[in-house]
Amino acid sequence: MNRRDILKSIPLTTLSLSAATPEVSPTAPVPKPAITEFKNGKSPEEQRRDNALQTAKFLTAHELATVTLLCDIILPADARSPSASQVGVPQFIEFMLKDQPDMQTPVRGGLSWLDHECRQRFGKAFTDCTPPQRIAVVDDIAYPAKAKLEHKPGVAFFSRMRNLTAAGYFTSKAGIADLGYMGNTPHQWAGPPKEVLDQFGLSFDPDVHYADMG
Amino acid sequence: MSCDLNGKELAMYDVIIIGSGAGGGMAAYQLTKAGANVCLLEAGGYFDPADPKYITQLKWPYESPRRGASTVRAFGDFDAAWGGWQIDGEPYSAETGTEFHWFRSQMLGGRTNHWGRISLRFGPDDFRRYSLSGIGADWPIGYDDMKPYYDRVDKLIGVFGTNVGLPNEPDGFFLPPPKPRLHEMLITKAARSIGVPVFPSRLAVLTKPINQERGTCFYCAQCGRACSAYADFSSSSALVIPALKTGKLTLINNAMAREVLTDPQSGLCTGVSYVDKTSLQERTVKGKLVVLAASTCQSARLLLNSKSSRFQRGLANGSGVVGKYLNDSTGASMSGFIPALMNRKRYNEDGAQSCHIYTPWWLDNKKLDFPRGYHIEYGGGMRMPDAGFMSGIEAYNGLIADASGKKKEAGGYGASLKEDYHRYYGAFVSMAGRGEPVPMESNYCEIDPNRVDQYGIPTLRFNYKWSDYEIKQARHMQQTFDEILHAMGGQRVSPAPSADRNYGLEAPGRIIHEAGTIRMGNDPKTSALNAFQQAHEVKNLFVVDAAAFPSQGDKNLTWTILASSMRTSDYIIDQIKKKSL
Repeated sequence: MNRRDILKSIPLTTLSLSAATPEVSPTAPVPKPAITEFKNGKSPEEQRRDNALQTAKFLTAHELATVTLLCDIILPADARSPSASQVGVPQFIEFMLKDQPDMQTPVRGGLSWLDHECRQRFGKAFTDCTPPQRIAVVDDIAYPAKAKLEHKPGVAFFSRMRNLTAAGYFTSKAGIADLGYMGNTPHQWAGPPKEVLDQFGLSFDPDVHYADMG
Repeated sequence: MSCDLNGKELAMYDVIIIGSGAGGGMAAYQLTKAGANVCLLEAGGYFDPADPKYITQLKWPYESPRRGASTVRAFGDFDAAWGGWQIDGEPYSAETGTEFHWFRSQMLGGRTNHWGRISLRFGPDDFRRYSLSGIGADWPIGYDDMKPYYDRVDKLIGVFGTNVGLPNEPDGFFLPPPKPRLHEMLITKAARSIGVPVFPSRLAVLTKPINQERGTCFYCAQCGRACSAYADFSSSSALVIPALKTGKLTLINNAMAREVLTDPQSGLCTGVSYVDKTSLQERTVKGKLVVLAASTCQSARLLLNSKSSRFQRGLANGSGVVGKYLNDSTGASMSGFIPALMNRKRYNEDGAQSCHIYTPWWLDNKKLDFPRGYHIEYGGGMRMPDAGFMSGIEAYNGLIADASGKKKEAGGYGASLKEDYHRYYGAFVSMAGRGEPVPMESNYCEIDPNRVDQYGIPTLRFNYKWSDYEIKQARHMQQTFDEILHAMGGQRVSPAPSADRNYGLEAPGRIIHEAGTIRMGNDPKTSALNAFQQAHEVKNLFVVDAAAFPSQGDKNLTWTILASSMRTSDYIIDQIKKKSL
C-alpha cells in the first residue's frame, strides 16, 4: 500500500476529523492553492463555483439510476451514435440541478411521481420494472397533446427530461458529430455550396462585391 | 500640491477618463495619440481578447460543465461580458409599477467585448426628430457635423457593408460584406417580394486587413466571445491596448468611481475619487479635465452623486435634466420554422456572429399610428448547439409529416425523436425589430435616497414605462415578421404575443441600448452639455458615452458613440492648443 492507497482507505469520518484539526494530523490533505487567475476564460469566482458544484452531490444513487434509464429511453444508441448515458448526459443533468436549483424540486418530484405511478401499476419502482412496463408509463407522459389529465405532472417532468437530455447529448462531442454541425473552426465563408443554391433556386446579388471575391 | 493619505504627491494628469468602453476607449486613443497624459479608470479588471487565459473563442460547449448555459453570465459561459443584469454588491431599484433592467459589463472595453458589432450611422433625420415630428428632441448638431467623424471611424475601426444611397442610412467606407447564408437568402427573397427592403448588414468585423495590429475574420460566428485575432471591434483590443502602447496612458483597473471632485471657488473639476475594489481603499486622481464614459446610467449616477454646496443638485445639473430622458431601444422578436429548410445538407455555415443582412426602416411614420421607425435583424442557421439546444421541441415536432408522409404525435422519445432533432436542426429563422423610442422626461434614473452599494456609493433608482408609441411600433414589428414569414412559407413556433403582452415589446433596458441621461443641447435650461458634449456649467467636464445623446434613432449606438467621442476629443485637443481649457 502506498500513501495514496492509505489515504483512500481511511473512512470519510476520520478524514473530516483530521481536516478539522490539521496541526495534529499527519494525514491532513494538503490544501489546494487558492485560485486567483483567469483560466480558460473563466474568472477565479467562476472556477471556484464550478469546482464546488462538481464536488457536491444532489441526486441519490436511485434517482441517478432512474435518470440514466430515462435518458437512454429518450436518446438511445443506434448504428450511428451512442446513447445519452454513454456520452455523460446523466452527469450533465446532475450538474445542472446544482447549477440551477430551481430545477431541483420539479425533477426530484417528477422522479418520485414516476416511481409512485410505477408502484401503483406494477408494484415496484421504475428501475425495477421490465422494459415493456417502463415504456408503458413513458408512453402515457411522452405525448403532451394526447396525455390524460391525471398524467399531466408526468408530462411536464418528461418534457423537461427530454429537453435536458437533448441539451446534454447534442452539446457532447459525439452528439455534435451525430448532428453534423461542422463549424467552430477557422474557415473562409463563401456562401452556401452551389448544389444548395441550385436546390433552392437562389443566386447572389450580382451588384454586391462580396468579401470572398478578392 | 496635492498629496495622498501617505503624503505622497499625486500625479496631475492632463485628462482623466472614467470608463473604457467605446466612448472612453476612443477618447483615450485620440488624446494619448495627441500627446496628452491620460489616466483611464475602469471599474472592472484587465482584459485582452488575445490573452489565452481570457479566451473562450473556439471552445466547445462540452468545455463548460453547464454547456454554456446562462446561469452565471447573462449570455452564457462563453460570452465575453463580465457582469450582467445583476452584479453582486452593486444593486439598483425601480419605482413601483415601473421597470428597468440595467446591464453592466465591468472589464477593459466594457460592453464592446461582446456586442453584436452592428454598426449603423445615424442619418440626417435622426438628428432632427423634433423638427420632423413635433415630439422628442433635436440634436444641437446635424449629420454634416458628424459625417467626417463617421468617415474616420469607418477607416480607423473597420466596418463591412455596402453603399446603397439611402437618404437616412448614409453611405460610408465599407469593407466587402460576407455572402449571405442560406436562411438569409430565403429571407431576402421573401421580404423583397412583399416590399420590405433587405441589404447587406454593416458590422464592425474585418473581412479584409486594415492594419498590422489586427487580423481578419475567420468566420467562427463568435464575435460575442471577443475575437482573439482582433478581427472585430472591441474597445480593449482596437483602442485601449494601442493607446497603452503610446506610453501616455495610465490604466487603473478595478477603480469604481465615486465622485467627480470640484474646486469650490472656480467650480471646475479637479479630479476623481474612486474605490479600489481589490483593497477597498478610497483613492483620488487629479486631472485638469474629466471625461465621463462610464455608460449612460453610470455617468448620470456619478454626476448626481457629485454634490457640493455649489452643485447641490449634482454636478453640471443646474437644469435638472441629469438622469432624465433615459431611453432604450425597443425590441420585439419572433422565431419561425421553415419547412423548406428541414433535412438540410450539412456544411459549415458559420459566418460573422450577427446577421449578414438587415432591413433598414423603410416606411413613412406620417402614414402610420406610431412616430418612429425600426430596423430588423435576422437570425437562423446551423449554429453550434448550446444548453438551450432545440428546447421545447414538443411544441413543434408534431407539425410536419416525417419521411413516410405521416404526421407524428408531438413529443415522443427514442429513435423517432432523435431523427426529429436531425430533421429540424437549422430549420428556424428569427427576426428582431430594434426601434427608436421617444425620449420622455418621465423616464429617468435618480439616486435612491435609502440605498448604497457595497462601496458605500448611493445607488440608482429607475422610473421607466413604455408609451403607446413604442407599443404600437412593436405591434407593427410583429405584423411585419408575420408577413415575411408567411412569404417564406414558414410558421411561428409559438403564437404571436398580443396586446396583453405589449406585442412582445421587451422590458426597458433589455436591449442594452440606453441613452439620453446627460443630454446635449443649445439651451442650458433643458440640457446639461453643449454641442461638443462639454458641460454647460463646468467647462473642463465632458461626457462621451450615449448619455449625451438627445435621441438614438433606430440605429445601434456604438458607431455614433465612437464618432462623437472622436469629435469631442478633437475639440478638447483644439481647445487645449488655444489655451481655452
